[in-house]
Amino acid sequence: MNAKTADKVATAVIIFFAGVILLIMAGLLGFILVRGIGHISFDFLTSPPETIKEGGGIGPQLFNSLFLLVLTMIITIPLGLGAGIYMSEYAKPGKITDFIRLIVEVLSSFPSIVVGLFGLLVFVNVFGFGFSLFSGALALTVFNLPLMVRITEQGMASVPQAQKEASLALGLSKWKTIKSIMLPIAMPIILTGTILAAGRVFGEAAALLFTAGMSSPRLDFSDWNPLSPMSPLNPFRPAETLAVHIWKINSEGLAPDAPEIAAGASAVLIITVLLFNLLARWIGRMLHKKFTATK
Amino acid sequence: MARSRENRKIKQHIMEEWTGKVFTSLCIVLLVVTIFSLVYFVATKGFSSFIKDGISIGEIFGGTQWKPEGEPPFYGALPFIIGSFSTSIMAAIIAAPLSICAALFMVEIMPKIGRKYLQPAIELLAGIPSVVYGFVGLSVIVPFYRDIFPGQGLGIAAGATVLSIMILPTMTSIATDALAALPPGLKEGSYALGATRWQTLARIVIPTTLPSLMTGVVLGMARAFGEALAVQMVIGNAPHIPRSLFESASTLTSAITLSMGNTVMGSPQNNVLWTLALILMLMTFVFVFIVRCLERRANR
Amino acid sequence: MQNIELSTKDLSVFYGEKQAVKEISLDFASRQVTALIGPSGCGKSTFLRSLNRMNDLIDGAQITGEIWIGNENINDPKTDVVLLRQKIGMVWQRPNPFHKSIYENIAFGPRYHGIRDKKKLDEIVEEALTKAALWNETKDRLHRSALSLSGGQQQRLCIARSIAVNPSIILMDEPASALDPVSSAKIEELIAELKREYCIIIVTHNMHQAARVSEKTAFFLMGELVEFDDTSKIFTNPSDKRTDDYISGRFG
Repeated sequence: MNAKTADKVATAVIIFFAGVILLIMAGLLGFILVRGIGHISFDFLTSPPETIKEGGGIGPQLFNSLFLLVLTMIITIPLGLGAGIYMSEYAKPGKITDFIRLIVEVLSSFPSIVVGLFGLLVFVNVFGFGFSLFSGALALTVFNLPLMVRITEQGMASVPQAQKEASLALGLSKWKTIKSIMLPIAMPIILTGTILAAGRVFGEAAALLFTAGMSSPRLDFSDWNPLSPMSPLNPFRPAETLAVHIWKINSEGLAPDAPEIAAGASAVLIITVLLFNLLARWIGRMLHKKFTATK
Repeated sequence: MARSRENRKIKQHIMEEWTGKVFTSLCIVLLVVTIFSLVYFVATKGFSSFIKDGISIGEIFGGTQWKPEGEPPFYGALPFIIGSFSTSIMAAIIAAPLSICAALFMVEIMPKIGRKYLQPAIELLAGIPSVVYGFVGLSVIVPFYRDIFPGQGLGIAAGATVLSIMILPTMTSIATDALAALPPGLKEGSYALGATRWQTLARIVIPTTLPSLMTGVVLGMARAFGEALAVQMVIGNAPHIPRSLFESASTLTSAITLSMGNTVMGSPQNNVLWTLALILMLMTFVFVFIVRCLERRANR
Repeated sequence: MQNIELSTKDLSVFYGEKQAVKEISLDFASRQVTALIGPSGCGKSTFLRSLNRMNDLIDGAQITGEIWIGNENINDPKTDVVLLRQKIGMVWQRPNPFHKSIYENIAFGPRYHGIRDKKKLDEIVEEALTKAALWNETKDRLHRSALSLSGGQQQRLCIARSIAVNPSIILMDEPASALDPVSSAKIEELIAELKREYCIIIVTHNMHQAARVSEKTAFFLMGELVEFDDTSKIFTNPSDKRTDDYISGRFG
């Protein structure tokens, strides 16, 4: 085979494989959406699940997922910003900083199930938070924090040195410079990354099995007192999220329409993640435009 | 009077500086403490089955029988270890060529189409939750294997297939970065000598970026090794070494997922699951170490 | 005898092992422009950046020697750099306005330094922009983004920003070299205006510019101060052969 033919064959193979990936992608999305969308209805999204009968919904699970996401982000964002700012602005190059970087990298590669087990041991048992939204949120924070730190570092690194110097030269303190000059410029990158991270948190299940638990109490959606045990807002109640629910009905679902519910719930999950993706892109582009605007 | 104003000003901005430093340091300290306690707790719990329950290391790593509830109990975790390694290695073998081709396509062959269609598609794949992969695997891949191969369709092959799609984005994005970072002069030199595109790719581009491409493969494998639910849903969960790829098997993660809820904290049955978690954690260290070595090679 | 605003004594800057600035002793007078000239890499910018402790930001940079403002050695590690930098304004080669409105660019510093009164801030903004010869061009669009201004306008805005915090010294690092000739000329006019109030130290590559705007000139070569004298003397009758070579364009 001469060089020209080899070149053509190789190019064809590469294009073929690229096409295969696109097909997998399209097939996957198509499958979930076609199977699932038909099952999505207002009733499905709001009513509680049934254990052995048909017609169960995913209302509490959807609520739990959203509430858990909010709780997690409330804890993760300040911690991640703080740690990321420390790494990019305060850490002095040297052995200790290198070591911190290494262990943060290690944490980011820990399997989420191991993080979940740690949560079970420490948050659920040692701290005594029990199987609860709060334990789940803490486990997800551990799982998400390295990513958040990296996003913050990337954002801070994108700030031109000239902006930082200009502020310091005016006699502003370093912290004020970071808060008022650097963070706003880093914001598009940080925000985009955070939204994508939120998508990851939303779909995470393994870290939650043994922290937030695999069941929800009967929720009383008219009781908004965060301290009462039936209230949806109580952070110390167990909570099965949408992703955990999908796993559970696939492995031990007894309802006759379990496959349909799984498909519908998967579709909801995918659509939400898609929305997160689009939102991240849109906000990123908008903020970019705003900051580089000539008007 | 001017002096006292000056003094107050000093206090204010020093306080502010101090607040910032303390806040960010606390965050990083919390992060470091969390990581250390994670390692500490998993390690002590994991070792307790050797120390407290007297299970031999040889039994866990060499035994092929897993019957923690039996009389006498057997704690052979070899089937899980083999399951974990075979699914993740197979997944990497399937995904590596696909991802490298995708990266070549996006960087070298049709960058415009690549960036417009392939890149978003891959980013989306990265965002799909693992339970959804498991669900799709269970409803598409498992029946497909059941139809053409003997057996239930559940097993290592199904697990590896699902995992290969899951790790595709990680591998592709690293390969793409590596290819894009190549200095243009390198390729131009080869083209100037009259080499075809494929000759240039095969002889110059791929060999030069090999350490980075390998980094992607290892990171993908690491992710596959630690993935729990998607694998657990399609692998069948039989605790023995399968005779074929299409026979029910187990991995470390699937064993933990299934049994952790059914054992009592502190019992030997429970502790041995922590030992499995310890193996997962040690493998994470190994993967990070390999990645570091490869990165050092790539930067040289 | 003129009032000395700032003086350095044996000031050296090291980047790791490399000594970028070698034991420089210089006096800068109030209400005067001093130009620092020399070929690229001669250490003049590094020297300038040590004067407001900007080199603190660079890892591995070490500064020895003394920098006196009044009776305070500001190169002392105990010096409060935040307070110090309020007294010394700085302007860079590339205009670097904050990604904020024109008004906010000016008001940002004074507000931080404790001026909250809106009226007072308005006055400061107007005064600073007027001094920087930018008021007439911007008074109708103070709340538009500073990035909407042209390069020359942005640079004048940066000058206005630095004088708004009321410094006594202004450091300028090639302030006109990234600008077109017309904008560049405007900056020079502005410098001539500003020297009535401030001690200005300007690094420049452009020798004509140095000759036009400065009273004193210091010639740097490979980290050393070769010659420091009246500008007219340096450009007509330098005492050092190397200065003569540089001025007449034989190298650099």
